[in-house]
Amino acid sequence: MTCNEAEILLHALLDGELDAGHAHQVEAHVENCPRCAPQLRAYRELQQAMPVAQLHFTAPASLRQRIEKAFPAKPRRVPNRRSLLKGFVMGTALSTAMAASLVVAVFRTDQDQRVLGDVVSAHVRSLQANHLTDVQTSDQHTVKPWFNGKVDIAPPVVDLTAKGFTLLGGRLDYIDGQAVASIVYRRRTHVINLFVMQGASSESHESRLGTMQGFNIRRWTAQSLEFFAISDINAEELQEFVNKFDAVLHPANGT
Amino acid sequence: MLHRTQRQGLALAWKAGGETMAGNGSDANQDKARRFRDAALSHLDDVYTLARYLLRDTADAEDAVQECYMRALRYFDTFRGSAIKPWLFAILRNVCRGEFARRSAALHSIDHSIDGKTDDDEDAVQPLWQVPQVSPETEMLRQRDAETIRRLVADLPDPFREAIVLREINDLSYREIADVVGVPVGTVMSRLARARCMLRKAWIAEEGLPK
Repeated sequence: MTCNEAEILLHALLDGELDAGHAHQVEAHVENCPRCAPQLRAYRELQQAMPVAQLHFTAPASLRQRIEKAFPAKPRRVPNRRSLLKGFVMGTALSTAMAASLVVAVFRTDQDQRVLGDVVSAHVRSLQANHLTDVQTSDQHTVKPWFNGKVDIAPPVVDLTAKGFTLLGGRLDYIDGQAVASIVYRRRTHVINLFVMQGASSESHESRLGTMQGFNIRRWTAQSLEFFAISDINAEELQEFVNKFDAVLHPANGT
Repeated sequence: MLHRTQRQGLALAWKAGGETMAGNGSDANQDKARRFRDAALSHLDDVYTLARYLLRDTADAEDAVQECYMRALRYFDTFRGSAIKPWLFAILRNVCRGEFARRSAALHSIDHSIDGKTDDDEDAVQPLWQVPQVSPETEMLRQRDAETIRRLVADLPDPFREAIVLREINDLSYREIADVVGVPVGTVMSRLARARCMLRKAWIAEEGLPK
C-alpha cells in the first residue's frame, strides 16, 4: 500500500468502514510509516475532539407546529349528533379496554423492566470493561460450537458481514438469573449485542422496539428462544439488523 | 430568503391538497399521511440540522425543511428503502439546490462544484489542499466550545461541509452519503479526507498557535 492510498483509506478506517482485511492492511502500513502515522493520530484526535452532540440544532417549536398542522392526519369534519354518540360509545369501550390492558401491563412491566435493565447493563458492561467477546472470530462455525456446554441452548449464529453487520464473536453473559449467549456484531463504529436466551413460551412474537438509557432495543421470540438486540445505532438500522438476521435464519420467510 | 407570502402560499396549497384527499374519503391517503408522520417526524431535528449547515441561515433552513416534508409526503409512496433519514436528506438537498439556490448566495458554489465539475476542478480552486499537509499533524488540538466548531464547520466550502456534516454530525455511512449526494463512495471518502484536513487546519489557526 502506498502513502497516497493510505492517506485516504485511513479515514475509512477511522469511520469503521473497512472490513477486517483492509483495516489490517491500512494499520500495517500506518504503523511503519513516518508520514501516515501522525496523520492517523491527528485525525483520530480531531474526531474525538468534535463535540458532536452539541453540534446538532433543535428545530424550533414553531416549525414543528407548522409542519404538523399541515398534515391531513385527522379529518376535520364538523361532528354531528350521531358521530358524537358513536365517539362516546367508542370512548367508553376504549377506556375499558385500556384499563384491562393496564392491569396486564403493570404485571408484565415489573418483570420486563428488570430483564430490559439487565440487557442494558450487560451491553454497557461489554463496552466498558474491554470484555466484548470471549471468543473472537468472524467465523460463525467457530462461534456457535463455542457455546456448547456453556449455556443450555444452541443459539443461532449467522454471519451478516456481507449485509453490513460484521460478526465480531461471542460472549457469555448473565441476564435475569440465567447464563445467556451474546453474539456480537459491529455496524461501522457501533456495537450490537444480540442476547439469546430460553424463551418463556413456544409462541413466536414479532420484534418490538424499546429504548432505555438512550439505547435502542429490539426484542422478539422465535422457536422458544428469546432475542434481544441492543445498540446505540438508530432504530431503523437496528430493525434492518433484525430483518436481515431473520432472513438468513429463515430464508423461507424472507421476501 | 423565501418570501413570507410565498411560504404561506405553499402551506395553503398543501393543506388544500390534504383536504381534497380527506374529502374523497380516501382512507388510504389518511393512512399514508399517518405512516409518513410516524416515520418522518422523529427526524425533524436531524433534517433541520442539515439544513442549517447547508444554508447557514435560520429562516432559509426553516423554509427548506418545511418544503422538504411537503415533498416527502407527496413522494412517500415511492419510498422503498429501510432507512428514511437518508431519503429525507436527499429531498432536503434537492430543495436546497433547487428552490434556494436562486435566492441564497450561500448555495451558489454547491451548484457550481457539483454540476459538471469534477473533483479535479475543486482541487484547482483549492490548490492548498493538493499539497500534502505536514504541519497540522504535529499540533495538539485544544478543546473548543461548540459555537466555535459550528462556525468552523460552517466556513468549510460546500461539498466538504456537506460531507463532514453527514458523516460526523448525522452519522451516515459512506454508502448513505454517496446516495444522498449522488457521487461514488470513493468521492465521498476523498471529500471527507480533505474536509478533515481543512477543519483541522482551521481549528489550529483558531487557537492562534504558530504553524
